[in-house]
Amino acid sequence: MSIRQLSVFLENRPGKLFELTALLAEHGIDMRALSIAETTDFGIARLIVDDADKAAQVLKEARCIARFSDVLAFAVPDEPGGLHRLLSEFNAAQVNIEYMYAFLQGKEGRAYMIFRVTDTAASEKALLARGLKPLTLKEIESA
Amino acid sequence: MERYYQPEIECASREQIERWQSQRLIAQVRRVWENVPYYRKKMEEKGVTPEDIQGVRDLPKLPFLSKADLRDAYPYGLMGKPLKDCVRIHSTSGTTGKRVVAFYTQHDIDLWEDCCARALTAAGATDEDVVQVSYGYGLFTGGAGLDGGSHKVGCLTVPMSSGNTDRQIMFIRDLDATILCATPSYAAYLGERMQELGLGPEDIPLKAGIFGAEAWSEEMRRGIERTLGIKAYDIYGLTELSGPGVSFECSAQAGMHINEDHFIPEIIDPDTGEVLPEGAQGELVITAVDKEAFPMIRYRTKDICSLTYEKCPCGRTHVRMTKPKGRSDDMLIIRGVNVFPSQIETVLLNHGYAANYQILVDRVNNTDTFEILVEMTPEMFTDSIGEIQQLQKTLSLGLNSMLGIRPKVTLVAPKTIARSEGKAVRVIDKRKI
Repeated sequence: MSIRQLSVFLENRPGKLFELTALLAEHGIDMRALSIAETTDFGIARLIVDDADKAAQVLKEARCIARFSDVLAFAVPDEPGGLHRLLSEFNAAQVNIEYMYAFLQGKEGRAYMIFRVTDTAASEKALLARGLKPLTLKEIESA
Repeated sequence: MERYYQPEIECASREQIERWQSQRLIAQVRRVWENVPYYRKKMEEKGVTPEDIQGVRDLPKLPFLSKADLRDAYPYGLMGKPLKDCVRIHSTSGTTGKRVVAFYTQHDIDLWEDCCARALTAAGATDEDVVQVSYGYGLFTGGAGLDGGSHKVGCLTVPMSSGNTDRQIMFIRDLDATILCATPSYAAYLGERMQELGLGPEDIPLKAGIFGAEAWSEEMRRGIERTLGIKAYDIYGLTELSGPGVSFECSAQAGMHINEDHFIPEIIDPDTGEVLPEGAQGELVITAVDKEAFPMIRYRTKDICSLTYEKCPCGRTHVRMTKPKGRSDDMLIIRGVNVFPSQIETVLLNHGYAANYQILVDRVNNTDTFEILVEMTPEMFTDSIGEIQQLQKTLSLGLNSMLGIRPKVTLVAPKTIARSEGKAVRVIDKRKI
């Protein structure tokens, strides 16, 4: 199962990220993961939140430009070579990664990785065939 | 059926028009010679006396007036009537930093309002119509001119002025406004706001709009016509020459008829001052033959356009001018290249962006920098940095092929470029030269 990620267009100017976090805080939206890709002019904030539909609505009303995209989440064992083993499976399944970012979750601070891949549905199928099942948001939250 | 406000004037024969022009020009030159020492001095310097002006063909003998003259003579130096005969002033928005103050007698107001009434009638207005005037009222000529014209036609006139967009939309709907008068950028913004409120063209009773005071492109016209469900008519004018109504579009939407009984046009080579033949593109020069308080003779408008005397399907016989390519005041010279904001607008609309943009020009290490801020649209946004950079590059190349100079394109969040309620501030030029 892929997870819905919200991508938000941000100008690369002081105060712009602050406006976004203020908006989410004001509406009680909880962020699970956040990553920012930036250029000198603009950036894209990529968010995984507890209530994606509500967040999308709030952003729309605030006239922010946002869009959903599907990403895959996997737990990464906290040991040397943990990520490497995961990526060897991606390699073997011929899954192309466009970008990825990590976050921690739960009391023990378990590590997770979010992957944006080319052709999410086909990639997911190829990974499943190798016994690799992407996590749902619920599974991560209850871990 | 084409309607005319003053058919005997608007459809007069060429001979008749020239007779009026010659009579009025001869009288105007004499009045100015006697009452305006500033212009008399110019005539003397050129060795021209009123006796040399026997008709409209002698027009090229007269000296030009320019914006620089208006500055020199500010505020009273070009008046053709004593102040006690004047009833009003208007002033330019001063977007280019040069404010002009123009004076009007009651006669001047009347002729100006007649011109606006002709424009409204050409756009289909009758005494059955409700005209919402969303041009600014006050010193700006837009509100007063169309308001006066609307009264002359007998329309129910809604003097909204600009601003408070939601209330504008409410009045259009509640009062069944059928004709809207505004700057094109404000009309576009009204349409945008309507879409945000979930309103389509079928939800408003408007059928036509008269939009002027700014350069706007054909693409922008089509956009406004689509979102508001109307036919959009262009109108042209300058405060120095009364205001809107110097010329206006008819149903043919093929150039603007100059009200030739009041305004005699010439096209000149802006560099040499030489009068160019029909059809040639050059700077528009206007002689106001009937204005009393502020009598402009051979006034250089700085607008670049051409004229055609060809028969118009609407039946009007007055000469038509093309939509000015841009006021040479709006024209930017960036790294030696002439750039008109209207050209940028055309490219943006062709690439699917809104016509809301800002041009930033600066000079760094003796080289001009040229940046255009454009609003990102939800349809174009993607999750990929590379794709967004590609959008910027495509637009930058599109602008390059139109302008001959490549700007840096920066996509910004929607609504970050201030919406204008009057004239849009499109250019921020920080160069200190």
